[in-house]
Amino acid sequence: MISGAEAILRSFLAEGTDTIFGYPGGAIMPFYDKLYDYTDRLRHILVRHEQGAIHAAQGYARASGRTGVVSVTSGPGATNVITGLSDALMDSTPIVVITGQVGVATLGTDAFQETDVVGIVQSISKWAFQIRRAEEIPAAVAKAFYIASTGRPGPVVLDITKDAQLGMMEWTGYQPVKYIRSYNPDPEINPADLADAAALLNSAERPLILAGHGITIARAEQQLTALAEKADIPVGATMLGLSAMPSDHPLFKGMLGMHGNIGPNYNTNKADVILAVGMRFDDRVTGDTSRYAPDAKIIHIDIDASELNKNIRATTTIHGDAGKVLNALLPLINQAGREEWLKSFDGPDKVEHETVVMREVFPQETVGVMRMGEVTRRISEATGNEAICVTDVGQNQMMGARYFKFTKPRSLITSGGLGTMGFCLPAAIGAKLACPGRNVIALMGDGGFQMTMQELGTIMENGIGVKIVIMNNNFLGNVRQWQELFFNSRFSATPMLNPDFVAIAAAYGIDGESVMSRDELDGAIGRMLATDRPYLLNVNIESTDMVFPMVAPGAAIDDIMLNVSTKYKPETHE
Amino acid sequence: MNNEQLFTISVFTENQVGLLSRISTIFTRRGLNIESITASSSSMPGIHKITLTCRSTRAAMEKVVAQIEKCVEVLRAFLYTDDEIVHQEIALYKVPTDRLLDLKNLEEVIRIHNARILEITREYTVIEKAGHSDETEALYNLLKRYDIRQFVRSGRIAVTKSPTEHFTYFLEEQEKRRNKTEDL
Repeated sequence: MISGAEAILRSFLAEGTDTIFGYPGGAIMPFYDKLYDYTDRLRHILVRHEQGAIHAAQGYARASGRTGVVSVTSGPGATNVITGLSDALMDSTPIVVITGQVGVATLGTDAFQETDVVGIVQSISKWAFQIRRAEEIPAAVAKAFYIASTGRPGPVVLDITKDAQLGMMEWTGYQPVKYIRSYNPDPEINPADLADAAALLNSAERPLILAGHGITIARAEQQLTALAEKADIPVGATMLGLSAMPSDHPLFKGMLGMHGNIGPNYNTNKADVILAVGMRFDDRVTGDTSRYAPDAKIIHIDIDASELNKNIRATTTIHGDAGKVLNALLPLINQAGREEWLKSFDGPDKVEHETVVMREVFPQETVGVMRMGEVTRRISEATGNEAICVTDVGQNQMMGARYFKFTKPRSLITSGGLGTMGFCLPAAIGAKLACPGRNVIALMGDGGFQMTMQELGTIMENGIGVKIVIMNNNFLGNVRQWQELFFNSRFSATPMLNPDFVAIAAAYGIDGESVMSRDELDGAIGRMLATDRPYLLNVNIESTDMVFPMVAPGAAIDDIMLNVSTKYKPETHE
Repeated sequence: MNNEQLFTISVFTENQVGLLSRISTIFTRRGLNIESITASSSSMPGIHKITLTCRSTRAAMEKVVAQIEKCVEVLRAFLYTDDEIVHQEIALYKVPTDRLLDLKNLEEVIRIHNARILEITREYTVIEKAGHSDETEALYNLLKRYDIRQFVRSGRIAVTKSPTEHFTYFLEEQEKRRNKTEDL
C-alpha cells in the first residue's frame, strides 16, 4: 500500500516528468512530504510566487515541447496560478497543475484556504478534475497528461484533496491514457478537403502561407519548409509561429500583424490563395476582418475545430494535425516558380528597411541612449542567432519578435494571446532548465521585470544561467506609445521611478551592469555571454522609442504606419 | 442582428462534475442568454443529455456549438432550428380551487388545452400541461384571471425529425477508434 501523495509522484515519473515547479502550503503538504523521498529522481524548483511556477512551467514546455508540471497549495496558491492557466490556454501550452485542496469533509464550508478551484478554472483550463480518493490518482494523472499534451495542447488542473493525498491505495502499475471516448485529439484528415486545398494552391498565382504556433507544436517545421520550397510560396509567421522557419530563409518574409513586417501584411491583401497553418486569425494578426485578404481564397488547417471559421470564414478547412496535413498535402502540390510574386515583397522590405529598421537597429550616433531594436539585434548576433529569446510583453516583445534572428525552432518564447506582463523572467527560468545547453535571453522592460522580479531568488538558489536584459526606459513603453499615438500624449500612469536594478541583482548574488551609452553595449553583451552564470544588463533606452511599422487597432492590415505621421505607400514603377 | 432566431442545442456528454458550468460559461462570456436548459441521463448508460435553447444568429450559435464540442467530456453537440425537431415542455399551474370553480367551462378548457388535473384540494388545484411554449403560455393567460398562485415551466426537451441517428453513428465511430488505438 502506498499513499496517494506517493501515487502522484510515481505517476509523474511514469509520464517522464523530471522537473516540478512549485511552492508548498498546508493542503499540499502530504505531497511535499513524500517528495522529500523522491528528490533523487524529481527536481523541484522552489519559486518565489506561484505565478512564477506556472510561467516557468510554460517556458519549460514551450522550449522543450514536453508537459510542464506545477504543484501549489489550495486557496491563494491555486488562485496565484490563474494568470498562467489563462495564458497557457491561449497559447496552447501543455501544463499539468496540481493544487492541494482541503479535506473532503470540509469542502464547501469556506474552510481555511479553501477555494473552489475546479469552479474557478472552468473557462481557463482545458480540463479540471477534483480527486477525492487516493485510488483515483493514477487514472486521473494519466488522463491529465494525455489531455494536456495532445490535440491542441493546454493546461489541466488536478485539485487533490488532503484525503486523497493521505489515503492509502494499492499501486498496481501505471496505465497511460491513449483513448478518451469524448475526445479525439488526432482526427482523420478528410481526403476531399486535401484535394480541394491542393486544387486551390495549384491554381494560385499569388499564394501566401501563414505559419502559426501549430507548426511548432506539431514539430512540422520541415514539412512547412518543404511545402513552401516545392511550390515556391512565401511564408509569413504569426508571433508564436516565429522560429519555425529560419529567419534568413529566402521564402521567409517576416512576421504578420500589428507590428509585423510590411511585406507579408501588405501582400496578405494582394494574395489570391492563403494557406493558414496552425494559426487562429487573432485580431492582432488580421486587423479589421472586413478588409482582410479580400482577394484570397483561404485554406485553414487547424487541430482545433472550433478555430475553423471562427474569426475568418475559410474556403476550405482541414481539421487535423499540421504535420500530418502538410505531409499529405505535399505530394498533391505542383512544383512551381513565382519569381514575380516573390519579388513583390522586395519593395515593402526596402521601404521598411530604410524608414524603420535603419533608424531602430543601425543608428548613426555612436554614443548616448540606445534603441530597443539595436540592443535586441546585437544580442541576437552575439549568440550566433542561436539563443532562445524569452520576452515579456510590450515594446520589448515586439522588438524581440522583429529583430531577434532565429536559426532553430522553439527560439521565441513569449506570451502571445494573453499578453501577460511578468511572464518573461520565470518563463526564461523554465526554458533554461529545459534547454541547459542553449543561451536563454530574458528580454524585458523595466515594468514587466518588476512584476515577477522576486524570481531572482529562484535563479540565485538554483544557479540558473539566464541572461536578463532590462531595456529600461523608465516608462511603461507600449502604453506610452499608444498614449502618444491615440491619447494626445497624455502620459497617464506610464512614467516609472525605478530602483537600481543592478544593485537588486547584486543583492541576489547575480552579476550585472548598467549600460548607459551605446559605446558600452558590445562590451557588456560580451561579458554577459562569457559566463555560464546568470547575468543582468540594465540598458538605458531612449524613452520615446516606439515600435513601427504599426497597424492601428481596427485598421486594415495593409493600412500601415511607418512612423507617427507617415503611412506606407507602395512605390509605383510602371 | 435581425436574423436572430431560437435555436435548440442538444449536447451529449459523459457524466462529469462541473461540465454544466463549463458549458454555461461558454454562453455567458459571449453575452448570450440561455432561454432554457434541461439536463438528465439519457437512455444510454453513462451518457447525459443537455438540451439548451438560446436566441441568437446562426453564425454565433455555430461557434458556440464548436466551443461546446471542444469540452473534453462533451461527446457531441447538435444545433437545431424548430423545424428540425419535435420538442416539448411541461408546465404546472397552481390555482385556488374556488376560483377555478368560477370557470363555467372547466371541462372544455382542460380538453381544448390538452391539460390534466394532477391534484385537487379544498384550497388549490394543480393543472399540468405539456406543449410548446406558446401553448403553455396560452393556458397561463387564460388561467391568470383565476389567480394563479404558482406557475412553473420546464426547459425544452427535443428529439430530431431526422431518420438517421447521428449520435448513435458517432458512438460506433468512437468504438472503432478505440479498437484502432488498442491495436497500436
